[in-house]
Amino acid sequence: MFHIILFFFFGAICMAGAINLLVQSHPINSALSLITVMAALAGEYLLLGAEFVAAVQVIVYAGAVMVLFVITIMLLNAGKEEHTKGSRVAILIGVPGVLIAAVLVTWTLVSRGQTGSVAIGALPGSPQEIARLLFHEFLLPFEVTSVLILIAIMGAVVLASRPEAIAHHPAKADQPDSAPSKRKDAPQLVASGVGSGKER
Amino acid sequence: MDTIPVSYYLVLSGLLFTCGVLGFLIKRNIITIFMSIELMLNGVNLAFVAFAAQWHSLSGQIFVFFVMVVAAAEATVGLAIIIAVYRTRQTLNVDQVNLLKL
Amino acid sequence: MSITTFVIISLIKSIAVIFVLLTAVAYSVWLERKVSAHIQNRWGPTRVGPFGLLQPLADGVKFIFKEDLTQPHVYKPLYIAAPMIAMVFAITSISVIPFGNYVDFGPWGTYLQITDLNIGLLVVLGITSMGVYGVALAGWASNNKYSLLGGLRASAQMISYEVSLGLSLVGVLIIAGSLSLRDIVDAQRHLHWNILFQPVAFFIYLISAYAETNRTPFDLPEAESELVAGYHTEYSAMKFAMFFMAEYANMVTVACLATLLFFGGWLGPVFGPPILQAILPVIWFCLKVFFFMFLYVWVRWTLPRFRYDQLMAFGWKFLLPLAIANIVVTALIVAWRA
Repeated sequence: MFHIILFFFFGAICMAGAINLLVQSHPINSALSLITVMAALAGEYLLLGAEFVAAVQVIVYAGAVMVLFVITIMLLNAGKEEHTKGSRVAILIGVPGVLIAAVLVTWTLVSRGQTGSVAIGALPGSPQEIARLLFHEFLLPFEVTSVLILIAIMGAVVLASRPEAIAHHPAKADQPDSAPSKRKDAPQLVASGVGSGKER
Repeated sequence: MDTIPVSYYLVLSGLLFTCGVLGFLIKRNIITIFMSIELMLNGVNLAFVAFAAQWHSLSGQIFVFFVMVVAAAEATVGLAIIIAVYRTRQTLNVDQVNLLKL
Repeated sequence: MSITTFVIISLIKSIAVIFVLLTAVAYSVWLERKVSAHIQNRWGPTRVGPFGLLQPLADGVKFIFKEDLTQPHVYKPLYIAAPMIAMVFAITSISVIPFGNYVDFGPWGTYLQITDLNIGLLVVLGITSMGVYGVALAGWASNNKYSLLGGLRASAQMISYEVSLGLSLVGVLIIAGSLSLRDIVDAQRHLHWNILFQPVAFFIYLISAYAETNRTPFDLPEAESELVAGYHTEYSAMKFAMFFMAEYANMVTVACLATLLFFGGWLGPVFGPPILQAILPVIWFCLKVFFFMFLYVWVRWTLPRFRYDQLMAFGWKFLLPLAIANIVVTALIVAWRA
């Protein structure tokens, strides 16, 4: 009985957070509801016995990736969304369509699904066994993902750096003043209306 | 020893994925669209772990790790792209990023 | 052990631990003021009670009665929630820290720990990484450019040093073979303390932990001469007190982890009747934690603070490669001896 109560408790928090993400107009509220969804999902993973995955979900997803999102929202001073014509059309057609698809999938799964049952904490997801799998059978994907992360780091550093920093590269030393003059009207990111002020 | 059918977890995963798709379609702020993508990835992770519990195979959890790693890398590069777009267009509304020329 | 016994014992342990933690937080403020005073050749609090020992009580009363200013243009929900978030996550991480051995009261015997998870160390790391939100959201919700800058700098600093913090602990995990904090301490019996086997990891852990808790020499985000007061500029009275307590609770957690992982936790000479055998490990633990709190205060009032770019460069370009090199060397040595 505890299993069902806990499942519905965490499941309700997940769905409330997901719907709140859709409904809120300010991105910071959407980010905070996504964080609660991830924390509740960590609870669901614990119910399934995947304790290491739950810990990694909290550390990596809720504790690092979402911090990046929140920092970006704070840095770019994202305000409330405006509703354009395209978004009204999307809401009018998209919401009923996707809801019908969701109801269809749910009904199929619940009535015709041939999946079994699982007890609380059924899977022995201890770190030792996961490490054994990760470094024996899944060693190649593990190494490939490390190269992927390296590429992502390099890409992010290049994309987010200021254009003057790249324009001062020795290969482009013959045009030192074209880049700054194009950028003189682009507002400095930090000084442009920082804080949560005017859109409140 | 009380048990839950695995399809309950799959239904929750499907609903989360649906909310992610809805957010992707109806939102107009780049960052919120990106967060809907993360929501979809989380729904998929839940399905992986549920099936791993049903078939008593830890490979499902290993795949969840790889999904998380790829999602983190994608979030990094995606946010860098968003910052670059904001620098040039000074807007975060996707409807206004519709011309190749500035 | 039946379910009601378990619930009652857990409740008693939780209440006792939270009470002790909050008192420790209050008296670490007293410790800081006294030690900083003696380092600066003055007395510190001496009037309120003997040796100023009732000063935290006076501070508490002051914070309760101070006027709670709320600026008109702040984002109210997050402005009120951010100190609570910081406080909740700072206090929760004490729940997996073991204080002593098994205490045998017959059917009421229990481990001196609120709960022994077999991923205990990851739980502490996870809660630390969630604690970044209190700082970031406080800086943003205050609608003040100094607070925003302080909040952004502090959160970027905290997530940068989390990486080297986690990696420095991998060396300890390779030696102990388990993520459970109790198992890690049990692997340090007979004076096999990890400080002897992992000195580099201890050095990296201590520096990263000082940067995580935003303490000097890494406290640029909240330095008074730099950014007014950083992310808690706009907070007064009880909300400021919550940030204050959250910072000291984080310090206590870091000190507890340092003793558990590197200094043998509650291990020490144990002798005498069973009642003494149950209490002595806790006393050793408290003495070691007290030493680390004293070290925190000592370092704060001795070293100047880093500039922000020096801080980030140090974390990414020096500590991270050093931590990875430590892991490689440790793994090679452990595999050689096996």
